[in-house]
Amino acid sequence: MPVAASAIYFLNLRGDVLINRLYRDDVGGNMVDAFRMHIMQTKELGTCPVRQIGGCSFFYMRISNVYIVIVVSSNANVACAFKFVVEAVALFKSYFGGAFDEDAIRNNFVLIYELLDEIMDFGYPQNLSPEILKLYITQEGVRSPFSSKPTDKPVPNATLQVTGAVGWRREGLSYKKNEVFLDIVESVNLLMSSKGSVLRCDVTGKILMKCFLSGMPDLKLGLNDKIGLEKESEIKSRPTKSGKTIELDDVTFHQCVNLTRFNSEKTVSFVPPDGEFELMKYRITEGVNLPFRVLPTIKELGRTRMEVNVKVKSVFGAKMFALGVVIKIPVPKQTAKTSLQVTSGRAKYNASMDCLMWKIRKFPGQTESTLSAEVELISTIAEKKSWTRPPIQMEFQVPMFTASGLRVRFLKVWEKSGYNTVEWVRYITKAGSYEIRC
Amino acid sequence: MSGHDSKYFSTTKKGEIPELKEELNSQYKDKRKDAVKKVIAAMTVGKDVSSLFTDVLNCMQTENLELKKLVYLYLINYAKSQPDLAILAVNTFVKDSQDPNPLIRALAVRTMGCIRVDKITEYLCDPLQRCLKDDDPYVRKTAAICVAKLYDINAELVEDRGFLEALKDLISDNNPMVVANAVAALAEIQDNSSKPIFDLTTSTLTKLLTALNECTEWGQVFILDALSKYKASDAREAENIVERVTPRLQHANCAVVLSAVKMILQQMELITSPDVIRNLCKKMAPPLVTLLSAEPEIQYVALRNINLIVQRRPTILAHEIKVFFCKYNDPIYVKMEKLEIMIKLASDRNIDQVLLEFKEYATEVDVEFVRKAVRAIGRCAIKLERAAERCISVLLELIKIKVNYVVQEAIIVIKDIFRRYPNTYESIIATLCESLDTLDEPEAKASMIWIIGEYAERIDNADELLESFLETFPEEPAQVQLQLLTATVKLFLKKPTEGPQQMIQVVLNNATVETDNPDLRDRAYIYWRLLSTDPEAAKDVVLAEKPVISDDSNQLDSSLLDELLANIATLSSVYHKPPESFITRVKTVEKTEEEEFPEGVEGGGYTETSSSLVVDTGATPPAPPPAVPDLLDLMGLDGGDDTSAIVPVDQPAASMLPVLLPAASGQGLEISAQLIRKDGQLFYSLMFENNTNIALDGFMIQFNKNTFGLAAGGPLQVPQVQPGTSARALLPMVLFQNIAPGPPNPVLQVAVKNNQQPVWYFSDRLSLLVLFMEDGRMERPTFLETWKSLPDSNEVSKDIPGVGINNVDATIEQLGSSNMFFIAKRKNGNQEVLYLSAKIPKGTPFLIELTAVVGVKGVKCAIKSPAPDMAPLFFEALETLLRG
Repeated sequence: MPVAASAIYFLNLRGDVLINRLYRDDVGGNMVDAFRMHIMQTKELGTCPVRQIGGCSFFYMRISNVYIVIVVSSNANVACAFKFVVEAVALFKSYFGGAFDEDAIRNNFVLIYELLDEIMDFGYPQNLSPEILKLYITQEGVRSPFSSKPTDKPVPNATLQVTGAVGWRREGLSYKKNEVFLDIVESVNLLMSSKGSVLRCDVTGKILMKCFLSGMPDLKLGLNDKIGLEKESEIKSRPTKSGKTIELDDVTFHQCVNLTRFNSEKTVSFVPPDGEFELMKYRITEGVNLPFRVLPTIKELGRTRMEVNVKVKSVFGAKMFALGVVIKIPVPKQTAKTSLQVTSGRAKYNASMDCLMWKIRKFPGQTESTLSAEVELISTIAEKKSWTRPPIQMEFQVPMFTASGLRVRFLKVWEKSGYNTVEWVRYITKAGSYEIRC
Repeated sequence: MSGHDSKYFSTTKKGEIPELKEELNSQYKDKRKDAVKKVIAAMTVGKDVSSLFTDVLNCMQTENLELKKLVYLYLINYAKSQPDLAILAVNTFVKDSQDPNPLIRALAVRTMGCIRVDKITEYLCDPLQRCLKDDDPYVRKTAAICVAKLYDINAELVEDRGFLEALKDLISDNNPMVVANAVAALAEIQDNSSKPIFDLTTSTLTKLLTALNECTEWGQVFILDALSKYKASDAREAENIVERVTPRLQHANCAVVLSAVKMILQQMELITSPDVIRNLCKKMAPPLVTLLSAEPEIQYVALRNINLIVQRRPTILAHEIKVFFCKYNDPIYVKMEKLEIMIKLASDRNIDQVLLEFKEYATEVDVEFVRKAVRAIGRCAIKLERAAERCISVLLELIKIKVNYVVQEAIIVIKDIFRRYPNTYESIIATLCESLDTLDEPEAKASMIWIIGEYAERIDNADELLESFLETFPEEPAQVQLQLLTATVKLFLKKPTEGPQQMIQVVLNNATVETDNPDLRDRAYIYWRLLSTDPEAAKDVVLAEKPVISDDSNQLDSSLLDELLANIATLSSVYHKPPESFITRVKTVEKTEEEEFPEGVEGGGYTETSSSLVVDTGATPPAPPPAVPDLLDLMGLDGGDDTSAIVPVDQPAASMLPVLLPAASGQGLEISAQLIRKDGQLFYSLMFENNTNIALDGFMIQFNKNTFGLAAGGPLQVPQVQPGTSARALLPMVLFQNIAPGPPNPVLQVAVKNNQQPVWYFSDRLSLLVLFMEDGRMERPTFLETWKSLPDSNEVSKDIPGVGINNVDATIEQLGSSNMFFIAKRKNGNQEVLYLSAKIPKGTPFLIELTAVVGVKGVKCAIKSPAPDMAPLFFEALETLLRG
């Protein structure tokens, strides 16, 4: 059954109900007590997000300081339920202007009731597109998304747009200046063994788009991916241009992209929603350019002393630089004293996280930096078990660099009025889970 | 600007309710609106504001949509407690349902459907009828769902008023969202009804596949879920469907992806072309992997499903094991599931890498995870013979770290490895013995003691080691006591010297006189008697060779797996349990505040099978492995050759009868039934379970025309069935009474009535098994002659992939007991070829040829018969039989 929920509860960390909505009467109103008693107040919290208590099942997620709990008593579609929660939270955020927490819920409870009534009926998710809902669910809480928004005329055919084939874009938009912003954001995930061999490495990327376009434009996006290029040259019957092509392991698209067309022609064509949205996500495992190499040597000298040496090398182009580089080097709990030396940035011992926190604000390409530290430990008698070394973790951002090598080749915009558009493209690579075992 | 609604939560000093009452009746609009907001705020925090019902209701007639919605919300919550007052709202609802604004029309119908008060429901019908045909798609899509709501309240009303037909018409609606909601409503109604309501015909399929391209992401989920029940007629149709569905795999919504995967897997069962299958497997892998970059909760759902998918189609993710490596910050439930899948995907090719990972996990902080990682190493050793040695050396390295729980877990799995590869790795026993003192958990202790006992002759100081355990014998848990008992007996039989002799005296005394555990006492007595009467026999029994255990990483039963795969993305696939096992759908009983929760909270997560490895004997219960074979050996001695005495082969117990009429569709009456054959006679074994609150009597039964003309051979004799009880009946059956013409059909339609309820119809599926006659044995020459005399066109053959023959003699015996008689066998290369015969009434013989490789799954069956059209039924029967 595609039913996703019989009831939905928003609880604070203490377990008080902030707001709730019963969609079906197959679960009692007191079900949430069972959740509080058997999950929230026990060690079970966090051990498993899908639980059965009595005749009911609970799915829950924590978002900032709020637990969102869905209760069902049938064989519901769990994937659908969790996705609904994720999308609903995104919707609320877009209504409240960014924040979603206990206060935001209390301050907007009338609006949330109204939205909950609209986005789910009898447990079946309905249209959750913020763009469309904002046409007819308006509250003081609504933050106008863009200052440059055209005059807000009430749209008479809202209902047609909710249910329409292009259920994510309203008609009659007009902008003085037609602009499209593309952000290619990549997260590099790395797991490297202590010996320096790559255990797992992949890039998850997303293309974020911000559209300020008039009318009902048709867009087509071209990337330097292998399959798309091959298909293109096949259709135009001319050989593939040389140059770097990349192989996408998998792509998923926003609902505006015509999937059938992608499947047959390998082109990404779509009518975009207005404003900001995530056009696509992709994953790449082959030919990833790692932006940083980390070479750690950690020596335990007897029971009370440790020597830590970490060398970090940037391997991207010399003209580029990374920002906000943070390297967390784990040390044992019983660390007493540290003396640190770094060739750039700042480092200090962080006792609450049991690590040496090394921060470098700006890290140019093709350079290297080292940290050397001496760590003194309190000697403990009962310490039979050797220290289990958690991995070194790293955070960074490298603008204008893509770890996958992905490039936008073109973005074409067609609209019947034939206006000109300005396209802006930015690239950035961030650390996902960038871990080096030591 | 963010809202400021929190002010409505602030309470006034005194007399909140009267104050609100006053404000609700204020002459100022704004004040009334604020008051309603305060009421809703109070409702939200759980205060009872039902006493304000009439006052809130007075605000209902308003032009302000926001206020109207709040009043409606209040109504949904309190209408049930004030049904008489709620009726006052009807007029406004009916009026709103004709409002020029479609949003208000839809809101009225949507809200009315949520108010489960009979009197209101009556008034809902007319507005609903109008709204189903409304010009505005927004109203129609809301009305479609409302039909499902109404069906939940009053199914009869929905049928009488023709709403089902109207709903079916909406499947052809030109608006995709209306179509999607209509599909969701129909699918739900079908789920709760025993009548065929939502027929998935080819034309419906085409319509829905077209709508799939245009509707919202959620609509796609509704449609895919409904279509996954569609049975394609052949491989070609299945391929066409799959082709239309595969583009959905690229959708950003995980629910769409999983529902598409479900549908593709269902259709793949029909597709025969290996190329197409390979291609589909290739297409499904990347989207499944991508699900692992979603939120952890979604990852968890995906992983539980992937666990099922790789059991059916291991090739899909065979090369993707790296994506299941655990990240340091993964939540524990994600790590546990990843580990399970890594074991399933481990192969000779990737085992080195996998072992390095497991070793890394075994040094992490979370104890449960570490244990599971150690256990995983053992399971890989058992699964992959060629890697066993490497696995063991990793385990030994881990033992050397001397972390208590790692050592204990390692010993438990090493015991299993010894069972899997006897006489191969005993050289490591010395290392294990070094850790003896650290053991404090029963399972680890029991395992270590088993090892000492089993290999007593190779451990020089085995007696000393065991003796050290004996001191605390009375305090040990039963599991350890049983092992100590058996190990001491083994030691004594292997080294009958003075020391062990004294030990055995102590143990037997402890285990017989000073215990109140019957299992322990009985086992001790049996050993005692054996040792005192015939020590040689005792040796044969206690030191008998144990059956080799096998890997349990693909533990789900194939039919259960089928069912779970049909439920991908749902709770069932997350729990790995069929839906019936956790859903109690009692429609008539209202769930109210009295609902109680059992103390034991059941985890949806890890139904860990621990080390209860499947023992090949099949009859072994999943008890601590070392204990079981010993016990079995003993029983075997007791019963002489007749080992089957252990497992009572009785006719199916009452609870085993398949349920044909669930209580939900029989207004509380549940009927289970099955055809059985007893002493050459056919009977229909029935059980009636009365879950209603009245006594039922006057049961009568009738069978529709069927292929074999089965009919009742006498009246159905059932006593009065009191509420909450059940009754059984055995109805003699006769053949060839009312034969249905046409090709053979296993369906047997049954009608049952009683004096209190309407007539119930249900259908049973008849198995040819019960028709095989006792005199079906054929002499060899007759067999050959008949085989030759029948034309080749009468020969039908089929591959039955899921079953196999492990022991030729046992299979022959098993088939013989179902009246399928063995005639001859021969060997063809490594294949065994069996010839058998069977006969069904009217003297129709079946000549059977079975070809199989012993121990390998897959049996080829060829039959020749004057009635080749019975072949499908025959194969079905044979498959059931071979599955045991």
